Amino acid sequence: MMTVAVTATSSSLLCSLLPSQVTGPNRRMQWKLKEKRRFSRKVAVSGVITAGFELKPPPYPLDALEPHMSRETLDYHWGKHHKTYVENLNKQIVGTDLDGLSLEEVVLLSYNKGNMLPAFNNAAQAWNHEFFWESIKPGGGGKPAGELLRLVVRDFGSFEDFLEKFKSAAASQFGSGWTWLAYKANRLDVANAVNPLPKEEDKKLVIVKTPNAVNPLLWDYSPLLTIDTWEHAYYLDFENRRADYINTYMDKLVSWETVSTRLESAMARSTQREQEGTETEDEENPDDEEPEVYLDSDIVVSEVD
Amino acid sequence: MAIRSLASRKTLASLKETSSKFLGFRGIQTFTLPDLPYDYSALEPAISGEIMQIHHQKHHQAYVTNYNNALEQLDQAVNKGDASTVVKLQSAIKFNGGGHVNHSIFWKNLAPVNQGGGEPPKGALGGAIDAHFGSLEGLVKKMSAEGAALQGSGWVWLGLDKELKKLVVDTTANQDPLVTKGGSLVPLVGLDVWEHAYYLQYKNVRPEYLKNVWKVINWKYASEIYDTESK
Repeated sequence: MMTVAVTATSSSLLCSLLPSQVTGPNRRMQWKLKEKRRFSRKVAVSGVITAGFELKPPPYPLDALEPHMSRETLDYHWGKHHKTYVENLNKQIVGTDLDGLSLEEVVLLSYNKGNMLPAFNNAAQAWNHEFFWESIKPGGGGKPAGELLRLVVRDFGSFEDFLEKFKSAAASQFGSGWTWLAYKANRLDVANAVNPLPKEEDKKLVIVKTPNAVNPLLWDYSPLLTIDTWEHAYYLDFENRRADYINTYMDKLVSWETVSTRLESAMARSTQREQEGTETEDEENPDDEEPEVYLDSDIVVSEVD
Repeated sequence: MAIRSLASRKTLASLKETSSKFLGFRGIQTFTLPDLPYDYSALEPAISGEIMQIHHQKHHQAYVTNYNNALEQLDQAVNKGDASTVVKLQSAIKFNGGGHVNHSIFWKNLAPVNQGGGEPPKGALGGAIDAHFGSLEGLVKKMSAEGAALQGSGWVWLGLDKELKKLVVDTTANQDPLVTKGGSLVPLVGLDVWEHAYYLQYKNVRPEYLKNVWKVINWKYASEIYDTESK
């Protein structure tokens, strides 16, 4: 019974990823397809799309984050780590079913509902790092404004409370991983179930931490901000002092403008899906599964050094 | 330094007896950072003195400190009958306690070249490695490959399965000790593949670290554990 359900789900998911075959009710993936142009790719002379994700440079010179993040750190973190994820991903997926999809699609498909395919780690790390570089800027830090600030205050009490919770989550990651601020207005793709639209009170900002390459796209959350807590992100500048790295990152580097822009997109996406949802409500399924995430309430007492 | 080294060796030899002290009136054990049985720079050029010093004084010390803190909170929670907090503390105990256990083994897995580091195992362990992996080279290749492929932070182990009486190679995530992969597994050699174990020297090139670490592996220690545990 279970096997049948899973098979049906994955095949419909796969079908819905091909633009010419978008016919099903899977609006999440359809939405993702619209976002596809965000990701750069090489188109061969013949017009055939090949596995050619490009290493996108950070939107600032490599020494522009000094003294908070050194040129040397970016040389390695972007020029070696990020680059290797992209190159290895291209090698892994060339000629496979994943070839030609957007990076987001490769991440979601290769996650394979937790039974990860070999490409997942490289795909997700390529996505995470691109998102990471764009989360920061020279002269960043300070406070968010507008709608973002309003939601931060609503969902965390105050900006200071948010900062404390976010920093604490990042400091207490037991190993390599990422800490995120995300907008949660998700619906889950669960077969054989009614998947209701998120209620108004379900739509909120959340802090989540994810191990290794995992990111909140997998639960259909909209990531707004991330901090890389793999040791390679900070070891050359801060050695074991992860807490100093986190403070510097949040106080001097975060681009709240970018986070605000991402929030706008996330809310627009949520609104768009609601409008679509009222048209085909009957076809939807419920989610009776809890997403496997590490919410900020899981934060443990001790910091990790 | 010679005096310190001598004292360190003695301390490590009796690690099990001295690494914990009883706070008599409350009955809580606290753990202390074991000394290294060699100088920080003694493993160069395979592992730099800077790495060894930070790894030992900062990272291992933090695991010990946080382990003790978690155990103290556990003691309070148990005394109060606070079941929820007892459960909540388990992840911090596993992570920090695992970090202390793993690093305590790791320091003994290493030895300067002039103290036998890198000398191939002899005796029963050497024979068992040949039987299980073809040769020491075969084992080294297997462990290095698994270490390079490990996603994120973790450890690669050569272990002895006491029940099945055979050698196993396995990996654990983060600071999980080998025993989390099976109650009958005894660690003989553990390779730390957290980035903090090699980054200042090898940067993103983990395979190069995994190539060089074998030059300072203390097979004599692994053989002793093997002989004791396989009886």
